[in-house]
Amino acid sequence: MDDSSLLQSSHRTNVATELRTRPSRRVRSSNVVGWLFVVPALVMYAAFVLLPLVLTVQYSLYHWDGIGPSQWVGLKNYVTVLTDPDLLGVILNAFKLIVFFTLLPVSLGLVVASIMRRVATGRFGTMARTILFLPQIIPLVAAGIAWKWVLSTSGVVNQILSAIGLGGVTRAWLGDFDFALPAVGIIGAWVLIGLCTILLLTGMSKIDPALYESARIDGAGAVREFRSITLPGLRQEIGVCITVTVIAALASFDIVYVATGGGPGLATTVPGLDIYQLAFAGREVGLASALAVVLFILVLACVLPIQRLARGDET
Amino acid sequence: MIKAKAVGSSTRRRSVRGPGILVAALAIVASACAPGASVAPSATTVSSAPSSSSAPSTSSAPSASAVAAGPSCGTAPVVLNGYFETGFDLPFKLSAEFTKQFPNVTWNISQDQFANLMSSTPRLLAGDNPPDLIRLPTIVSLVKDNLLKNLDSYATAFGWDKWPASELSQDRVAADGTRGSGSLYAAGLNYSLTGVFYNKKEAAQIGMTQPPTTLAAFEDLLAKAKAANLQPIMAWNASASGGGLAFPLQQLMAALGSTQPINDWIFQKAGATIDTPTNLAAAQHLQQWISAGYFNKDTNATEYTDANARFGKGEGVFMFNGDWQDAAYDTAAPGNVGFFIFPSATDGGPVAAMSAPLTYGIPAKAKNADCAAFFLNWVATNAAARQVDVTVGGSNPGGPTDLTIPPAAAGSIINDTLAAGGAVAKSNGAMDFIANSTGTIFAKGWTPELQKMVGGKETPDGLLKAVQAEYLKELAP
Repeated sequence: MDDSSLLQSSHRTNVATELRTRPSRRVRSSNVVGWLFVVPALVMYAAFVLLPLVLTVQYSLYHWDGIGPSQWVGLKNYVTVLTDPDLLGVILNAFKLIVFFTLLPVSLGLVVASIMRRVATGRFGTMARTILFLPQIIPLVAAGIAWKWVLSTSGVVNQILSAIGLGGVTRAWLGDFDFALPAVGIIGAWVLIGLCTILLLTGMSKIDPALYESARIDGAGAVREFRSITLPGLRQEIGVCITVTVIAALASFDIVYVATGGGPGLATTVPGLDIYQLAFAGREVGLASALAVVLFILVLACVLPIQRLARGDET
Repeated sequence: MIKAKAVGSSTRRRSVRGPGILVAALAIVASACAPGASVAPSATTVSSAPSSSSAPSTSSAPSASAVAAGPSCGTAPVVLNGYFETGFDLPFKLSAEFTKQFPNVTWNISQDQFANLMSSTPRLLAGDNPPDLIRLPTIVSLVKDNLLKNLDSYATAFGWDKWPASELSQDRVAADGTRGSGSLYAAGLNYSLTGVFYNKKEAAQIGMTQPPTTLAAFEDLLAKAKAANLQPIMAWNASASGGGLAFPLQQLMAALGSTQPINDWIFQKAGATIDTPTNLAAAQHLQQWISAGYFNKDTNATEYTDANARFGKGEGVFMFNGDWQDAAYDTAAPGNVGFFIFPSATDGGPVAAMSAPLTYGIPAKAKNADCAAFFLNWVATNAAARQVDVTVGGSNPGGPTDLTIPPAAAGSIINDTLAAGGAVAKSNGAMDFIANSTGTIFAKGWTPELQKMVGGKETPDGLLKAVQAEYLKELAP
């Protein structure tokens, strides 16, 4: 082997290595660029979501009034929170809200969306969609105050009931032990039904119209169409709707705070309200954080199985 | 379809590491120090007594001349930072009058709702730029965190220690954290008083010519009002405003028992309990009133402002409330609303009322503490300020006993409430509010329990036991 051939072969290996390394280097640099794009969002996410999350877990292990010196108490706050005799009722209230925040909006949303897909087209459809979605863009606090008027002793609901001869059942709905929670639930349903309908309607537009056409040729009615084509086709959208609304129910705060403040008694008190009172009125930051962590775990425990079910078939 | 999934899962696997490391790093950072620990040293350096530089000379006798030489706003321009409660004109009118008399002092005023003051005050006071003068919802926890200036030396310099002791006792905090005695940490702009307002026309309709002098006579009037198809009592009891039935309950407690144990309980004295035999009798009376239908049926959903508006429009013969509402009633129903002190159980027995200073304090880190203290003294002693206190605030301006209380406009309820204040003072019947014993006793104790009682879901005994349990839970270390 002479020098030139040696040189040539070394050159060839260089080229070969270069050829081999070039794509991977490109991948790495595109990785860096990718991260650069993500960094601003990630920094915000870390500062305003991850850091508070970690701090909440940390605070939950201390006895702290939010200002003065703190004292390490280990898991004592969790023991206090979990042995509170009122806690079960409060968590139960959140689960009862799921009926109104999830079951009602999703089932009604399905019905309304399939009706709209069949009959409401063109300008009428757009108008209907807009009106249904309207509650979603109204601040929840404003909605809560408006509903408080509607449900008050002299409010619209009681006026209508009196007008149709049902004066006997009128009451201060938000101050009644049996009806306060359902009344709060109705407010939540009113807010969420638009969101669910729009989501489901969008999902329906994704379903191949040919399926409906062939079903109709085969003589399927509206109900059969709904069960065999619409429902299976909307599996993921329904999953999203249920996830979002279950979280809204379990972590509810604003509607309850504005409409009833948790009363009467503890009839509408939810964990979110308890956390707020503990942290800002009682200045028990440790206890409030422990309850927040418990609520966080509870929400995850409910939402993760829903997610799995919604994805279910695809794997 | 399959391909897309593979890509998806591979990116997912790769991206997991990033946030994972981030969380770990945050955890390390977060666990490096305990919460609040770093605040503690700097807070403790702000000692409880006013710093030597700002301490007024305590050697001089607190005579009129000493006041002139004591802490003041000086002559150089001063900007006082005030933090007032939204919806109450009094501090704003007082600050304007103050600037009129002391033109070198101007104001930079922020304001907030009471509930927000409650939650944001600690952070505000702990921050680098606290106000000079602030409306305080509660003081004990703030004193514990060394956030409030100790006003003892100002009290000596200005002669506040010569005022009736009951005026300032609610703003005193002892070394063990109990209220009612010890060092002074705030002062009142004026001193409110509660009792029973009544609709004069409707009262005449049920034959009430004189305010009742015994509890039995009052209950007789309630029964007559019910029989006459009038609304006997207008009350608020919705969570948003807090359980207003605490007002009649506490008046009943003081009518059937002594005020001392009630105040001890509010001031968190060791071993104090709300579950006493006379308080049980009071709760039983309240329950009878509820089951007799004396309160508005929707009281559990009625908020404070609604209840007042409805009473002003004639719904309700009686209403339990305080003199801060005087001006509003004067406007809503001119000449038709009267006031009396809740009667004792026995004729001629001692009368009592909830009475609390409109509490303002000076933050430990305030930059113009002397000037703020001078303002507080001016409010209680200056003739023009006292007039504003009565006309705008509707309450007793307090201060030294040798100063007369300025008169209110003829025909105003303010005259009734001011006169009633004298009767309460005579029988030493002033109490703080049972809703103020701890930070959350109102929201988590009284309000839900009173609502349950209205709903027929709580007994008088159960009410007191539940509130006492909540009280002990909140005071547990």
